[in-house]
Amino acid sequence: MSGSMEFLLWTKGPMFNIAITIFAIGLLVRIAEIFMLGRKKNFAEARAGEWGPGFRTMVTRTVADPGTFERAPFNVVVGWIWHIGFLIALLLFLPHIALIESLTGLSWPALPNPVISLVTSVTLVALIATLVHRMTHPVKKRISTVEDYVVWAVVFAVVLTGWLAYYRLVNPYPLVLGMHILSAEVMLILLPFTKLTHIFTTFIARWYNGAAFGRKGVQS
Amino acid sequence: MAARNPTDKTLGESLRERGVSRRGFLKFCAATASMMALPPSMAPAIAAALEQAKRPSVIWLSFQECTGCTESLTRSHAPTLEDLILDVISLDYHHTLQAAAGDAAEHAREQAMAANPGEYLVIVDGSIPGPDSNPGYSTVAGHSNYAMLMETVENAAAVIAVGTCATFGGLPGANPNPTGAMSVMDLVKDKPVINVSGCPPIPMVITGVIAHYLTFGRLPELDAYNRPMAFFGQSIHDRCYRRPFYDKGLFAKTFDDEGARLGWCLYELGCKGPTTYNACATMRWNDGTSWPVEAGHPCLGCSEPRFWDAGGFYNTVSVPTSASGVNVLAAGAAGAIVGGAVAALAKKQTKTAVAHRQPVTVEELEAKL
Ligand code: SF4
Ligand code: SF4
Repeated sequence: MSGSMEFLLWTKGPMFNIAITIFAIGLLVRIAEIFMLGRKKNFAEARAGEWGPGFRTMVTRTVADPGTFERAPFNVVVGWIWHIGFLIALLLFLPHIALIESLTGLSWPALPNPVISLVTSVTLVALIATLVHRMTHPVKKRISTVEDYVVWAVVFAVVLTGWLAYYRLVNPYPLVLGMHILSAEVMLILLPFTKLTHIFTTFIARWYNGAAFGRKGVQS
Repeated sequence: MAARNPTDKTLGESLRERGVSRRGFLKFCAATASMMALPPSMAPAIAAALEQAKRPSVIWLSFQECTGCTESLTRSHAPTLEDLILDVISLDYHHTLQAAAGDAAEHAREQAMAANPGEYLVIVDGSIPGPDSNPGYSTVAGHSNYAMLMETVENAAAVIAVGTCATFGGLPGANPNPTGAMSVMDLVKDKPVINVSGCPPIPMVITGVIAHYLTFGRLPELDAYNRPMAFFGQSIHDRCYRRPFYDKGLFAKTFDDEGARLGWCLYELGCKGPTTYNACATMRWNDGTSWPVEAGHPCLGCSEPRFWDAGGFYNTVSVPTSASGVNVLAAGAAGAIVGGAVAALAKKQTKTAVAHRQPVTVEELEAKL
């Protein structure tokens, strides 16, 4: 407790540099790997363009088709809710924008704080629901691995500590702010090496599938 | 100079001797009560306690400091410096304020120590080059700061560290800390150390702590950094009058924009109020005239550890202290090199595997069935 300010400065200083370095190296390794492993040459003549179907698949795989929705409405609705909530809190909360601006020089307008706090609260509840669902659904329960639970815990920790910090529910404040920053750093470090990589690869993968379909002339 | 024995007289007696009226005295007690966040009804109890209190001997040691803390104290209004020095305490040694100099000054300190063993208060401003540092970095009358502190503290009742240098190392302790500056609480382990941090501290907080000690005969309740809870229990942000704007998401973007004129929150201009614990927002400065955030400037976080190393004054609280776009680019470049190498290796492995491929015959497959 007595070193809460030291702890905050450690998370904002050395630990941040470590996390961002591991993140950048890990992510580039993954991406370079994916792109440089190469694909077999296509000898068959393309039957249609790649770009159009590629982008179309990015959209169609993102918006659930009625069949998927009927089969797994919970996954679709709750999944959407928390993903969007997370993104809003991440990208449209003023302190986060200030951080991005300090690193990249880019900035954009923020949403008012009360909107962010509401969105974060909803995201927290949705995240808890996904955990309960995962642990009770017979199929999901069986296919879940330790990694799935670790990833859930890290994401949940980031949102929870952010929420606690916003409402200043832990004293002293530097402690809770440090905890929030640290959990975000753990997430950054794990990102390239776990399923969290999907943040960067989902849309590339969807585009790639669609593009392959396009070449073959099948529906994308 | 004869050693004054402060236990000779009670505070009540010395006040009457100086012709301080009962009314003036009660006013002082009411101010003290409000300062310590006590209800006004406590004022008579404080008066009764102070009436009987003995004026404690106080030795004020100044080490690596800028005298800003003493300057701050001399702007104390309730109680005033005169009240404090002449009536409430017996300030027996203070470089800057005492008339005596040289040997006479040092003798005053020694006499005060000898006359009141176990009873005198030591107030320290400034940080101290630690025991492993060159003792010549800072000396008083030929004694190193460290030796003087340890000698003076040995028979003290308690130590009050005043200002961020004495409490956390402050400016002398900032990176790269050339003199090995340490705080009082780093060095004094066997006596109660009360930290009144701030650069400078609010004068009324210094006098308030002393008044509390005199009234209740014990030291006030302290936080995790040994700071009195009555003054450091809440953050600047928790008591800031601009807080409604923060909560509404209304922020001044520059010092002279519309938002700044309308008094919006200074978070984006680097306000450290959210992470700073001090009484500025409630007690204000210059006899309650105003305080930094009211004057339009963000809080710098002067009462917190590592004040000078905690990132730029005008950087938002959420911004990392050392990372910059350059760091990220460097990390990214390293990643690109490592990534390229890993990928090239993987590609090579695939190629080697293809080159050495042993085709499997149908017979072999059937044999496996
Ligand atoms: S001005 Fe500073 S202390 Fe006041 S509400 Fe804004 S961030 Fe908090
Ligand atoms: S507003 Fe902040 S920086 Fe200014 S004196 Fe108060 S605590 Fe120190």
